[in-house]
Amino acid sequence: MINDTVVELSRLQFAATALYHFLFVPLTLGLTFLLAVMETVYVITGKKIYREITQFWSGLFLINFALGVATGLTMEFEFGTNWSFYSGFVGDIFGAPLAIEGLMAFFMESTFIGLMAFGWDRLSKAQHLAVTYLVALGSNFSALWILVANGFMQNPQGAAFNPVTMRMELTSLGSLIFSEDAQTKFVHTSIAGYVTAAIFVTGVSAYYMLRGRHMEIAKRSFRMASLFGVLSVAGVITLGDALGFVGGHAQPSKLAAMEAMWQTEKAPAPFNIATWPVQGEQRNAWSIQIPYVLTPLLTHTLDTTVPGIDQIEADAARRIKNGIPAVEALKVLSGDPANTTALAQFNAHKDDLGYGFLVKRYAKEQNVSNATGDDIVRASKDAIPNVFTIFWVFRAMVACGLLMLAYFVISVILSLRGDVARQRWFLKLAPWMIPIPFIACEMGWVTAEVGRQPWSVFGLLPTWMSASSHSVGYMIFSLAGFVLLYTIFAAVEIYLMVRSIRKGPENHHTDEQGTGAATDREYAALTLTKGEH
Amino acid sequence: MELYLFFKVLWWLLLGVLLMGLAIMVGMDMGVGALLRYVGRTDTERRVALNTIAPHWDGNQVWFILGGGAIFAAFPLIYATAFSGLYIVMLLLLWTMIVRPLGFEYRSKLPSPAWRNVWDWALVVSGAVPMIVYGAGVGNMLMGVPFHFAWDLTSYYTGSFLSLLNPFAVMCGVLSLSLSAWMGGTMLMGRTERGALWNRARRAATVGGIVAIVLFTIGGVWVSHLQGYRIEHAPLPGVAQTPLQQSVVQAGGAWLDNFHAHPVLWLVPALGYAGMILGLLAIRAGYSVLAWWLGALAWIGVIGTAGVSLFPFLMPSSSDPSQSLTVWNAVSSRNTLMWMTGWTVVFMPAILAYTSWAFYVMRGKVTADHVESNPHAY
Repeated sequence: MINDTVVELSRLQFAATALYHFLFVPLTLGLTFLLAVMETVYVITGKKIYREITQFWSGLFLINFALGVATGLTMEFEFGTNWSFYSGFVGDIFGAPLAIEGLMAFFMESTFIGLMAFGWDRLSKAQHLAVTYLVALGSNFSALWILVANGFMQNPQGAAFNPVTMRMELTSLGSLIFSEDAQTKFVHTSIAGYVTAAIFVTGVSAYYMLRGRHMEIAKRSFRMASLFGVLSVAGVITLGDALGFVGGHAQPSKLAAMEAMWQTEKAPAPFNIATWPVQGEQRNAWSIQIPYVLTPLLTHTLDTTVPGIDQIEADAARRIKNGIPAVEALKVLSGDPANTTALAQFNAHKDDLGYGFLVKRYAKEQNVSNATGDDIVRASKDAIPNVFTIFWVFRAMVACGLLMLAYFVISVILSLRGDVARQRWFLKLAPWMIPIPFIACEMGWVTAEVGRQPWSVFGLLPTWMSASSHSVGYMIFSLAGFVLLYTIFAAVEIYLMVRSIRKGPENHHTDEQGTGAATDREYAALTLTKGEH
Repeated sequence: MELYLFFKVLWWLLLGVLLMGLAIMVGMDMGVGALLRYVGRTDTERRVALNTIAPHWDGNQVWFILGGGAIFAAFPLIYATAFSGLYIVMLLLLWTMIVRPLGFEYRSKLPSPAWRNVWDWALVVSGAVPMIVYGAGVGNMLMGVPFHFAWDLTSYYTGSFLSLLNPFAVMCGVLSLSLSAWMGGTMLMGRTERGALWNRARRAATVGGIVAIVLFTIGGVWVSHLQGYRIEHAPLPGVAQTPLQQSVVQAGGAWLDNFHAHPVLWLVPALGYAGMILGLLAIRAGYSVLAWWLGALAWIGVIGTAGVSLFPFLMPSSSDPSQSLTVWNAVSSRNTLMWMTGWTVVFMPAILAYTSWAFYVMRGKVTADHVESNPHAY
């Protein structure tokens, strides 16, 4: 029997560990590319200041990277430890991108990061630059594969249920990889990382400029990062719109929740800027609307009907009824794989298998055959995620995105005009922008994952069925352990990061002819151990 | 159908390669961590020890991550059943492993001795505990684990945390730790100049090797008397199936069935012994690189022996033997295995090539001078 508390605790633990992991990932994704850009400038111009710039940011990068790696270890195993049924049910598909991520991305990223950090005096300029690019490529490849995996959960493609093995199996790797959802999400997410890195670099550079420290490094870093940032933030918003468009087709329930659309309305429907959704009564207590805007915004047309929550629930109820015989047939097939009657029944209803599972939670003895009409209604209400959360979290993300767009437009203008260092108001503001992209990234994931509920794999597998059958005690123990460890980690990381930023770059040189002996010795000291060869 | 059988066996072999790669590469870094406070008595010595593996530990650790991913992709039911069943053990493994990257990266960032002491202990624990868990995990597979499935393949683990720490499993854990002390010790010998640290590293490697020989021998005798598992009847190996369709019995000495059927397989444990004995001689003679490679050979022999004994079992169920997980029923679909084979064939040679290049670039000895004159070293 499945225990509700265990499921909720498993969800809480996964959310906590995944959101925590993603505090470190965006900076890694973006800063690697920004480092590659900085080092490219160094290799092309030959100016040592750019080498100092690269090495300084690379020092901060590594502090962040360590925690990204550490918390990523949890994620690689957490599907198995806490989502056992999920892992068995879709592992044939979902495991592949995770394994390919290891083969293609993690090895590349992690092997070359050692050379990037410690290979400055052992590699030629061009070799080291190539290594930096490989790190950037590796970390972005890893984002690609994990989002291919997530894309499957959002909109399962290239897979079919096999009643012989009682699980989903891969039918087309191409459909899995080139799923529109996966690819759009990948670009949206990795560019969000670039924005994060750009804000981080501009924010820290502004902190130096405000105090008149490390001006040569700060000004150059600021300019490179703000150019990088303005392009990236435009990309994030464009791709975000595309994601809403693509994802909206795959998951009408998420879209309806994002827009708090309880009733299906005639196109072109009004857009809720702000509202107070009341889930129990299936209505909005109040709302501020712009007429006609929703339909063109979501569908890029004027006359496509966007299904509201009422329609989605009615649809779910119908599919639950149709899915129950599929589950029943499966139970027979499990003990008797050769039963042709059961197989025929399964094939007739298999498209709604996942909806059949959805009612298990409410049926007596968790047996779908016992499901009553009331149970089906309750289960169909579950087919909608928490509207209040999704509506507001999504808007918080969008607001952060627009704020960052404004920030980068101003920062590029100031930087190109060459007087950013004199705009003290802006320099004071910039460091306070650093949390914004992190908030936006987290809100984005909450929208994606909470918005997919009640499913772990949309339309196929309810989250409620996916968890491992642990005891409540085990779950409290593990959750407490993660919270304790991760809190300590965060404190240590922030302390080291702030300390390194306060300290600033080591003995930087402002004169670009600084090629004297002292400089060379210092560069030697900046790099690690070299053998006597 | 026969093609499916081929891929099933191929992925059993690749799983072995992966577990060996993990043991050799991660085990080496774990060994350095576990020995840190023994081989390094001063701060400088400890920094020298850490900097021998500084550019490589992260790349090596991917063997562990890939281990998770590849088991997920190729043996999803093992990934699902083993990692959830052994929950507390997995937490022990993860919680110690996630401290390790921070230990490397943060330890030398502050000069405070208290700070460094804390991280040194963190590195010792995060070196020793995962290797013990790793060995104990394999030991428990030979013992069988109490779990069963519902009709829809929901898995239920019915044992306690303590039952996973049975004497045989703990012995396997210590064997694993001793081999990693060997690999770490020989790595330190190879990358440092002769001196106090080098001598301690050699002593640790020697002790590791001797303990490994003793425990491998005891383990071998023990396994031959254990209640092994034997398939009575099941669908053909090349057919898609679930663990609900077979009948399995427990039998004393069944873990030697494969050796009796194919005596040539005795070469696998012999390889382990050869690695250990020749390796000890190499350590004695101070040939650290040779000793490292012979240690790798020992690992291959030890893991190979466990794999051959178990085959085709991966995770036998002690509470309901007929629901045991085998290579035939825990594996992915043919389609997935074929695709995964393709990706492996393309990327594994590239990984081996650039990993070798990275070791080549960073070759040479790490000395106290370099570590002390360099504020950015670990």
